[in-house]
Amino acid sequence: MSIATAETGIMGGIAAKFRTCPATGLKVDLAAQNLIKANAVAAVVFLLIGGIFGLLVALTRWPAVHLLPSDWFYLVLTAHGLDVLLLWIIFFEMAVLYFASSILLNCRLAAPKVAWAAFGLMLFGGLMTNVAVLQGDSSVMFTSYVPMKAAPHFYLGLILFAVGALLGTIVFFGTLVIAKEEQTYEGSVPLVTFGAIVAAIIAVFTLASGAIILVPTFLWSVGYISHIDSVMYKVIWWGMGHSSQQINMAAQVSIWYAIAAITVGAKPLSEKVSRTAFFLYILFLQLASAHHLLVEPGLSAEWRIFNTSYALYLAVLGSMIHGMTIPGAIEAAQRRNGYMNGVFEWLRKAPWGNPAFSGMFLSLTLFGFLGGISGVVLGTEQINLMLHNTIYVPGHFHATVVCGTTLAFMAMTYLVLPLIFQREVIWPKLAKIQPYLFGLGAAGISLFMMGAGTLGVSRRHWDITFSDASITFDYPATAFLMMGLNGIFAIVASVGGALYILITVGTVLFGKKVDGSNIVAALGPMPQKQVSSAIKEYGSAGTWNLPGTYILISVFFVSFVLYYFVNWKYLSEIWPLG
Amino acid sequence: MAITSPEERIWWNERIERGELVWIAIAFCWGIIMFSMMVYWHIEGNQNFSNEAYRISPKVFEQRTEEFTKKFTVREDENTGYPVAKPPAGGDVYMLARLWEWWPILELEKGQTYRLHLSSLDWQHGFSLQPIGINLQVHPGIEHVVTLTPTQSGTFGVICNEFCGQGHHQMVGRIYVVEPGKSQ
Repeated sequence: MSIATAETGIMGGIAAKFRTCPATGLKVDLAAQNLIKANAVAAVVFLLIGGIFGLLVALTRWPAVHLLPSDWFYLVLTAHGLDVLLLWIIFFEMAVLYFASSILLNCRLAAPKVAWAAFGLMLFGGLMTNVAVLQGDSSVMFTSYVPMKAAPHFYLGLILFAVGALLGTIVFFGTLVIAKEEQTYEGSVPLVTFGAIVAAIIAVFTLASGAIILVPTFLWSVGYISHIDSVMYKVIWWGMGHSSQQINMAAQVSIWYAIAAITVGAKPLSEKVSRTAFFLYILFLQLASAHHLLVEPGLSAEWRIFNTSYALYLAVLGSMIHGMTIPGAIEAAQRRNGYMNGVFEWLRKAPWGNPAFSGMFLSLTLFGFLGGISGVVLGTEQINLMLHNTIYVPGHFHATVVCGTTLAFMAMTYLVLPLIFQREVIWPKLAKIQPYLFGLGAAGISLFMMGAGTLGVSRRHWDITFSDASITFDYPATAFLMMGLNGIFAIVASVGGALYILITVGTVLFGKKVDGSNIVAALGPMPQKQVSSAIKEYGSAGTWNLPGTYILISVFFVSFVLYYFVNWKYLSEIWPLG
Repeated sequence: MAITSPEERIWWNERIERGELVWIAIAFCWGIIMFSMMVYWHIEGNQNFSNEAYRISPKVFEQRTEEFTKKFTVREDENTGYPVAKPPAGGDVYMLARLWEWWPILELEKGQTYRLHLSSLDWQHGFSLQPIGINLQVHPGIEHVVTLTPTQSGTFGVICNEFCGQGHHQMVGRIYVVEPGKSQ
């Protein structure tokens, strides 16, 4: 091996250059930093494009506005799903993976050149599929159920994107190996990195499922394969489609822990419990493909019950554990900070003016109450009969993916800007209200879509008045009201989303440079320590008393149980069938 | 902190606080209860998804539905011109999905149990019976048989709720349910 190769490395990682982070003292690999920037910027660009498409969808489904003609509506709806559900989220997750490995482990990134190739492939693939959709002959929805056929480059773009994402995941795993070899950290990896590992493992499963189904579908679209079974397609496609939401789940929970740690100094109540909860995701979340197959002919009841419940709701158990340990860790940290009065002083005096904290807490709460509960109810085998393919389904997943994942990623951005882009957030007053505005809008669209769905309104449907159908049907007036409210809250969410993009882009271009003198201020308002070391140990075993958290999770649990059984009651009233 | 390595190196031996254990136990039991509800409903509940399904060629299903319709048509629907098939109570009933219609219109009797055969001739469609709220996925090449007992009389819509191309929003069918011995 020549000296030149040893210095630069064929993959580009050996001769890494570092800067020292003024806030943490950690070494920051500049290659990792640039990759985090590139992936985050691509993510935000696709959020902008996909967000505009989303607003157009909501304005068309607002019966009084009914903005787009039908062919444009179906085109834009396909593009909306592609750009926000896939591109925005996975690009951001790549940034999270590089952050959780290289930055948190104080380690050089493995093979930055491969990571750049991954980025290029993802970008090229994402653009290719967008072009296919915008050309107009691939309005097949994000799910592209066979035997409906899209143009070949629709599938090819998705395949290239998936290969790119897989490469990025491999760089992540490689970085973990290097960090271990070079002993850049002591003991076990941090919990946030552990969560990122979980996300990456699920990502491998997800991308493999995607390849297994999209490669033959691509060959079918160009005529080399004559037939793709429509039920089999769904079983495997959703092995990608639903499991990729579990990547989001693991990534967003990691981000909740990270933001809680950075903004209020939270540490996990128990490393063992939190890590086990993450581990449950690896074991069980993939079974969720079944959530989309509960009313498909030809699958047995045993298969449906076992899979839809993640065995025995063991992945739900994981989420319910995080749902307690994160607010619990925040409460313990705030009590250590001195907010000991009453049951809820820790929560009232939390840094609500810091958009990272407020975005994180809103994401956690809305995800749990709206997305989590509705997801379990919707995924109950028999209850799904009432709700399958109604607009309740997008209502549910906007609560998980918009209120949960997107809001968590937005919150994280307010820390990534000073820490990685080394810029102070411009317009801090606008940044302060942004998570509330976006959270309000996203919660509104989720709730009103779910409401309209319980009244039977169909998803992916251009005209609920059926004005040019030969047989007609009238939905109740309340359904129209709900769809109108959905449109109004979509506008609120869009304003929040636009603010996020303006602030982010503005900060990257014009934000004040961050150095050792202003890095702490740049992270946003933090809680002031009230008293001294007397309660330093609060929240560790033996000193545990978290009354506020107990009350919060009790409220959550009671809502969950009530809503669950109310839906069984509704089910018992519909026509008997079997 | 969650962004740094665990303070205790041997973190898997640390004690778990009782509050956390109680919550885990509650959440675990709740999962068992939710799992059992689905099993219980198969035994005691009246609303379950039918497992009866057959491979069938779209042509054969079309033929069977046409024979069924020819045999049992009682009238043409006034406004739409669709045939209205009224099969004998308790019998087999066919409805096909194709771009972009549900065919034919059915007339059923309240309180009677029917075996409803569903399939698609082309793409996937969604059988959404409204305002009742029964939603079934309809695939080409698979004949799905659902046992159905209408318990209300009136006019019901069958909305397509699986996206099936540019005419998706025009795809509406109809089921009339009448009191026993009467007609619409």
